[in-house]
Amino acid sequence: MTFTNSAELLSFHWVAYSIYAAMIISVVAWFGYNLTKKDAKSVFRIPFYWYMAFLVAGGVGHHIFTYNTIPWVSQDIDRHNIKPDAKYEFEIKNHKWLGLPKQIVIQCGQTVEFDVHSRDLVYGFGLFRQDGSMVMQMQVNPGTDVNGILDSNDILWTFNHNGVFDLTSTEYSGPRQYSEDGKDLMLVKDFVKVVGCKDNGGIQ
Amino acid sequence: MSYINTLINGTNFDHKGLNALQKVTLRPVVMAFLFYGLVALEGMIMRMVEVGHVPLNPLPEQFFHPEHFFSIMTVHPIVGIFGSTYQLVFGAFTFLVPYLTKKPLYSVKLANWTWILITLGTALAWIAAFVWQYAPLYTLYWPLPADTHQFNVIGGIVFILGVALIMVGTLGFIYNIYATIFARVGIHKNKTTKELLISGFGIDGFLNLINKLRGKQPYTKEPALALPVVAIFRGTVDTFLDALVILGAGILILVYLVFDASGHALDVTAIDALLYKNFFWWGLDLVADGLVLIYVAGSWYLLATLITGQKLFMENVARAALMLELLVSWMVWSHHLLGDQGQPEMMKLISGEMVTAFELLTQGLALFITLVTLWKARPLKMTMELKYLLGGLVGFGLAVPAAIIQADMGMNRVLHNTQWIIGAHVHIALIVGLYMTLYSALYVLWPLVTNNTKLYSHKLANTHFWLHLIGGIGMGAFMGMAGLDGMLRRHLYVDGQFNPDMIFAAIFGTMLLVAWAVFLYNIIMSVGIKGLIGIFLPAKDATASYGIEEELEPADDPAFAQ
Ligand SMILES: [Cu+2]
Repeated sequence: MTFTNSAELLSFHWVAYSIYAAMIISVVAWFGYNLTKKDAKSVFRIPFYWYMAFLVAGGVGHHIFTYNTIPWVSQDIDRHNIKPDAKYEFEIKNHKWLGLPKQIVIQCGQTVEFDVHSRDLVYGFGLFRQDGSMVMQMQVNPGTDVNGILDSNDILWTFNHNGVFDLTSTEYSGPRQYSEDGKDLMLVKDFVKVVGCKDNGGIQ
Repeated sequence: MSYINTLINGTNFDHKGLNALQKVTLRPVVMAFLFYGLVALEGMIMRMVEVGHVPLNPLPEQFFHPEHFFSIMTVHPIVGIFGSTYQLVFGAFTFLVPYLTKKPLYSVKLANWTWILITLGTALAWIAAFVWQYAPLYTLYWPLPADTHQFNVIGGIVFILGVALIMVGTLGFIYNIYATIFARVGIHKNKTTKELLISGFGIDGFLNLINKLRGKQPYTKEPALALPVVAIFRGTVDTFLDALVILGAGILILVYLVFDASGHALDVTAIDALLYKNFFWWGLDLVADGLVLIYVAGSWYLLATLITGQKLFMENVARAALMLELLVSWMVWSHHLLGDQGQPEMMKLISGEMVTAFELLTQGLALFITLVTLWKARPLKMTMELKYLLGGLVGFGLAVPAAIIQADMGMNRVLHNTQWIIGAHVHIALIVGLYMTLYSALYVLWPLVTNNTKLYSHKLANTHFWLHLIGGIGMGAFMGMAGLDGMLRRHLYVDGQFNPDMIFAAIFGTMLLVAWAVFLYNIIMSVGIKGLIGIFLPAKDATASYGIEEELEPADDPAFAQ
């Protein structure tokens, strides 16, 4: 199993966690009900060491599972050694994106690097689908190195699905990000456009 | 007229009969519940903003303005965490440490200063946001709190002073607790500081386990400190460190603001934003991953033993686990920086993912020990305290795995800063997990601290329980789902972009607010308005301990004399 984008991952996660939540609530409810009964038998005994082993397996296995099924994990760890198909660099200052292309058009399956610099505050860089769900995001910290060059906050991303994505800052940087009536001033509509994928994802 | 009579005088509460320890316990608890009401109200205001401009939304237009919205969001966690939960926990422990060690509280005066300082500090921070709309949020990401283009300098100074007062009060609490634990009177008369320290850190439990594995006699059959006291001792180490970190960050911000106010603005780029984030999250994380988990585990152990009247199952393991949690809680903060590309990958991997996953183990262990202790004591009566304890267990059963899920480099990429974190994790952990555990403690301690005051209505107590449980889980669940749909936290949505999730969250949130009102009403009817005021009047009986029989000197002991 491999998730090709975050939409698949999020719906998988929604189902898995909902099942878990229903389970833990009913286990404690069942437990509470039986606490008041004298002759309640344990349906099954949970040996302590098996329970601990299960927790360890759950904690570690979860990371192994995501490492092998979510493509951006290894890409993120190895990002300095991967040559992107295209690179886009821009800055943020005073809640404004500087040097931002009007729209980026990406061919299906291409790996793109976004390199964002902040001149003042902590911001975020996040892409969103038209239905509002998140494609991906990263934090954008301000700072300069010893040579006075702005620190980079870079992320690699491979797009496997067609779509038009909006950009906004995902970190709070004060009320100036919004107009008086609450409109998001850092929202850039239709910033990324991905073309050339098959209907259900993947290169044509 | 009997209704009015109960409202004024309560059921059978007599504030004049309370001693100094009981009063100094009840005062922060009263403040904690008042602040809780304020927090619930703030939460509902923000929720209604995010429901958006829909018909029937009762919120006036000015609440939708960003300055207003974010100033509420800034004080919401300050009032909730420090004004309410800190005070509730501190109040309970101020009573429990003397009660469990059978020693008097070190200083009643200091305990009074603690709640006064935290109340005053919370009020100042709240006023700074209300009057000057100072709104850097609780994360205080550098250099936002020192950004005087967006925020008023005076407001900032008042806010930081408020937070500093809270931390000074916290340090007072810590001093009081340690001075009480290490006082060599009563049962600890013949103990050395070393023995008390070894017990406090859970080392004796660990050595007992090792000896057992090697087939040797236990290191100690009677540990110097009772297990809940060990948890309080252990948690307080984290409280101390986090108070120092938050105080440190506060002083830094204050220096910048004061220089700015004097017309000599300092260069904000002199502080590295990412380094600051690491420092600040290290301290802040000790509140969440250190303090809450340890205090809660300790409270579960205490409640399970008090409810069943039996010894805790696997006590040595529990003691050793508290020691392990010390190391774990200090090394997990990088899970807050998984979205920061400048953070070294190794830190993300080891601290953010691997060590953090250990919390599943430590908290799972506490859950297991508590459940088995209860199970072995069957049949139990489903009392209010047992009900709330089970509610607390459900809360952490839901919230801890929700946290481990997002503490993963793959998941964090799409969950960081979304409502999933604040809903499915934070709000469920606090409202369902922590508060229900604290309510359980409250019902256990109620007869002790109020001298067996009769609760006004059992029915209302039950109503509160169900409204709080369903409201808490429901609100957290719908916030979480909105997060999976892409809804950010710390973001303003005024067009109802995430309805119907937000509408459902508002309905469940209303249940929480009603639950609080029901509880408050029940308590006021029990102690009466006169009694409520009486709690704050000086105690006639200056005794700072509870239920200790006069210790006889051997010479005065009639048995010895013969
Ligand atoms: Cu944390």
